[in-house]
Amino acid sequence: MGSRGSHAALIPDVDSIRRETGFSQASLLRLYHRFRALDRNKKGYLSRMDLQQIGALAVNPLGDRIIDSFFPDGSQRLDFSGFVRVLAHFRPIDDDTGVRDPKQPEPLNSRMNKLRFAFQLYDLDQDGKISRHEMLQVLRLMVGVQVTEEQLESITDRTVQEADEDGDGAVSFLEFTKSLEKMDIEQKMSIRILK
Amino acid sequence: MLRAALALLGLPLAGAGAAEEPTQEPESRGEPPPGLALFRWQWHEVEAPYLVALWILVASLAKIVFHLSRKVTSLVPESCLLILLGLVLGGIVLAVAKKAEYQLEPGTFFLFLLPPIVLDSGYFMPSRLFFDNLGAILTYAVVGTLWNAFTTGAALWGLQQAGLVAPRVQAGLLDFLLFGSLISAVDPVAVLAVFEEVHVNETLFIIVFGESLLNDAVTVVLYKVCNSFVEMGSANVQATDYLKGVASLFVVSLGGAAVGLVFAFLLALTTRFTKRVRIIEPLLVFLLAYAAYLTAEMASLSAILAVTMCGLGCKKYVEANISHKSRTAVKYTMKTLASCAETVIFMLLGISAVDSSKWAWDSGLVLGTLFFILFFRALGVVLQTWMLNQFRLVPLDKIDQVVMSYGGLRGAVAFALVILLDKTKVPAKDYFVATTIVVVFFTVIVQGLTIKPLVKWLKVKRSEHHKPTLNQELHEHTFDHILAAVEDVVGHHGYHYWRDRWEQFDKKYLSQLLMRRSAYRIRDQIWDVYYRLNIRDAISFVDQGGHVLSSTGLTLPSMPSRNSVAETSVTNLLRESGSGACLDLQVIDTVRSGRDREDAVMHHLLCGGLYKPRRRYKASCSRHFISEDAQERQDKEIFQQNMKRRLESFKSTKHNICFTKNKPRTRKAGRKKDGVANAEATNGKPPRDLGFQDTAAVILTVESEEEDESDSSETEKEDDEGIIFVARATSEVLQEGKFSGSLEICPSPRIIPPSPTCAEKELPWKSGQGDLAVYVSSETTKIVPVDMQTGWNQSMSSLESLASPPCTQAPTLTRLPPHPLGTEESQAPLELSSDPRPSFAFPPSLAKAGRSRSESSADISQQQELQPLMGHKGHTHLSPGTANSHWCIQFNRGGRL
Repeated sequence: MGSRGSHAALIPDVDSIRRETGFSQASLLRLYHRFRALDRNKKGYLSRMDLQQIGALAVNPLGDRIIDSFFPDGSQRLDFSGFVRVLAHFRPIDDDTGVRDPKQPEPLNSRMNKLRFAFQLYDLDQDGKISRHEMLQVLRLMVGVQVTEEQLESITDRTVQEADEDGDGAVSFLEFTKSLEKMDIEQKMSIRILK
Repeated sequence: MLRAALALLGLPLAGAGAAEEPTQEPESRGEPPPGLALFRWQWHEVEAPYLVALWILVASLAKIVFHLSRKVTSLVPESCLLILLGLVLGGIVLAVAKKAEYQLEPGTFFLFLLPPIVLDSGYFMPSRLFFDNLGAILTYAVVGTLWNAFTTGAALWGLQQAGLVAPRVQAGLLDFLLFGSLISAVDPVAVLAVFEEVHVNETLFIIVFGESLLNDAVTVVLYKVCNSFVEMGSANVQATDYLKGVASLFVVSLGGAAVGLVFAFLLALTTRFTKRVRIIEPLLVFLLAYAAYLTAEMASLSAILAVTMCGLGCKKYVEANISHKSRTAVKYTMKTLASCAETVIFMLLGISAVDSSKWAWDSGLVLGTLFFILFFRALGVVLQTWMLNQFRLVPLDKIDQVVMSYGGLRGAVAFALVILLDKTKVPAKDYFVATTIVVVFFTVIVQGLTIKPLVKWLKVKRSEHHKPTLNQELHEHTFDHILAAVEDVVGHHGYHYWRDRWEQFDKKYLSQLLMRRSAYRIRDQIWDVYYRLNIRDAISFVDQGGHVLSSTGLTLPSMPSRNSVAETSVTNLLRESGSGACLDLQVIDTVRSGRDREDAVMHHLLCGGLYKPRRRYKASCSRHFISEDAQERQDKEIFQQNMKRRLESFKSTKHNICFTKNKPRTRKAGRKKDGVANAEATNGKPPRDLGFQDTAAVILTVESEEEDESDSSETEKEDDEGIIFVARATSEVLQEGKFSGSLEICPSPRIIPPSPTCAEKELPWKSGQGDLAVYVSSETTKIVPVDMQTGWNQSMSSLESLASPPCTQAPTLTRLPPHPLGTEESQAPLELSSDPRPSFAFPPSLAKAGRSRSESSADISQQQELQPLMGHKGHTHLSPGTANSHWCIQFNRGGRL
């Protein structure tokens, strides 16, 4: 695909995508290549199947959820701008964030948006809260088989209680961010090559 | 543990003996006794080990003395003090013996003193942090060290060519390069000693420290290559020799790492099968790690790298395999050995410096070296950081670079290497020795002294120690998986990709092979955090009863949402968790709903590790097994001590509380003591219940003087049944779960009949276990401090209720239970028959306060115990300020039978 993809101009809507995501030209080009490579039948969009066929993703405990997050609102097609928009969450935070914030909406790679991305992986029913049940499901994926169901439940309880501040038995986004206050999200949710 | 220590300590004796032999010889040559002597002086036979032991003793005593003054140790790093002490001791020895006696012998240093330090640092290396920064560490270790060595050597040679170094220093370019190679390496011992006290942020620490560990390979190679070049003579060095030198860098470093990993594998595999011989587990760890060191040394590979990799690689599996006690033993032995070795090293460094016969001074060389190592270190760091920052997600900023340059301490490794030089081949050895000593002293003393103020002044990000929470652990794992997934999607096989791969490989094969089946659980990090949190809660609960309350208070806010399940759960709880011994420390807090049942079960599991519920009389004095009894006795002792302490503090609080009435006070105290005696004599129950009775006493005292007389008998009774009282409290609480929404008011204290209470009958775990009393009664510690405040309120309310029927002040917020529990009612009529039950207030706002409180330290909690006494307003709402009092079980005297 060398000659076809070698120019950024070939990417549809390249300017608006760049503005929205903040990716550099080179990164966009690389991502576009990747997008085309994933798109097996050259149909111009990605389907769930395309992503599911990435080998390593299949063994990732959160793989399905992450794939789902590429397809918001139950859509079945993922175009390039959607693809890039999700990945933009993992762009490292720029040093000069303070300068351009006021007039533009928060950039996709802000701390809040990074956290929100993680949050919606937990929040399956998208009611803005991680319920105990949702937490249990995640923990089951993460902890693995060695721990019995009962122990898992008690871990879940403790986890929810730890973060739950208003006593509703669920973790809201606010509580979620609070529980991660001390963590360096900017670092832990960024990938260097996505500049 | 002792054996392990002996094995390692015993070994140095042979080597060290030779070094210290010549001393005090005259004494040992006593005339041989002609016949049977009653008394024989055999100094000579014990001399070597005796001296080693004495040195270590002196060093340890010196450490104790240093730490007597907080001011000194906070300003001056221990390593500086030790070096100075060594200088003084060396001076004394020199003055007495007229010649310098003791030396830091390279053999002793490399074979015995260095390995424990390196093992300690490798084993306790935060592996995640290490691998996260592996790129930077490797760059600094390899490129940085090479750079330092060559530039310093070359610059010194230039200095000599310029005539600034006296011509009597006979050294060519190769000699200077050799010197540069040994002086360039940042020393792990010195760095660790200084940086551990400075507390810079983790990333900075791991980079400096990791560098100092990994650069050993480079130093060893450079030193050996240069040394052999010098020995061959520069004329005979062929081009292939240079190539060999480069190749040996890879051989030495990769070979060392490989040896370490092989031994790590062996170690992990061995510990998998030690289930029946737990006692040798710690020994295995030390032996195999030491074997790794010696093997690498034998093959002239990088021994430091080998031990580092061994410790780093085996830790995860070993920790999972060995028993809890062995883990503690390993940890402490390792720390003890390392700190011991470190102390001796610094002291011997100081002593060695006194020996002026070994060194010759040249100001140009010394000053030049000092300047060059500082300058090129800084320059190297800046250049490398600039390069690294092109690739790093989080760039290292200027302040980091300053600390990194300034933290390049040289130490005993350089000294030992310079002593090892062959004087016949390196004529300038004496000058090099002097320069090395000065450099080491300068970096350790001057830089060590100033780095702390510097770090403060530059406002370097300090390490913030925060306890892990389950949420953080879980989310961190999530982030890892997310990043790995995103790398997959992007199609970039980066760091996260490979880490993910490794983890899967580890899970599938390595862990299966190297871990006990039963150990899988511990291996899971989320589980591990959960386990540790619970253990911590349990321990701090035992340590400070009132204090823990707040940490378990975490569970409180979630209560209301579970009202619906509460009913079934209580019965479940009674039925099921009763099957085992319920010494659930958190039973009051956690056991409220069906779901919390598991929590309780879990706690039993966990607490089982702490307090053995069953008595096991094992008359064993086996050397190979530590008897259970010892453990149990220890537990009991801890309890008793805690309780005594608490008793003390409550006495004082009591005095506080009834400061208005001094009349009953003294009498109460006396009677209470009687009560203690009674309780112990009659029931054989430990005196811990006292805490609870104390509150009762407090309540009484505050109430009124008229009542005092009549109450005394009742108190006496309670004294006999203190534990049961507590058990009731627990069971009441169980049933109170459903009122959790309600605030306030609590009535219904009853006098408990002398023997088996309903609680004991109904709750299987309450009876038939004498031991249990101990644990259950520990609940009192939790309740008591709260009750100091409760007592106050309560006395007020009970004064009112004397006139009126109990519970006239029904709380506005009290929610009545949906319907009474049939089963419970029949089972425990006594408890439920009385109308209003104790209830508690859990304002949601407390959760936060509770959490922060849980992190506070022990002495704060002491204050907290007193807190409720002051400034508590009525019994309406509890402010976060009195968070530890949010567990109010109030006993309304009016409700008594």
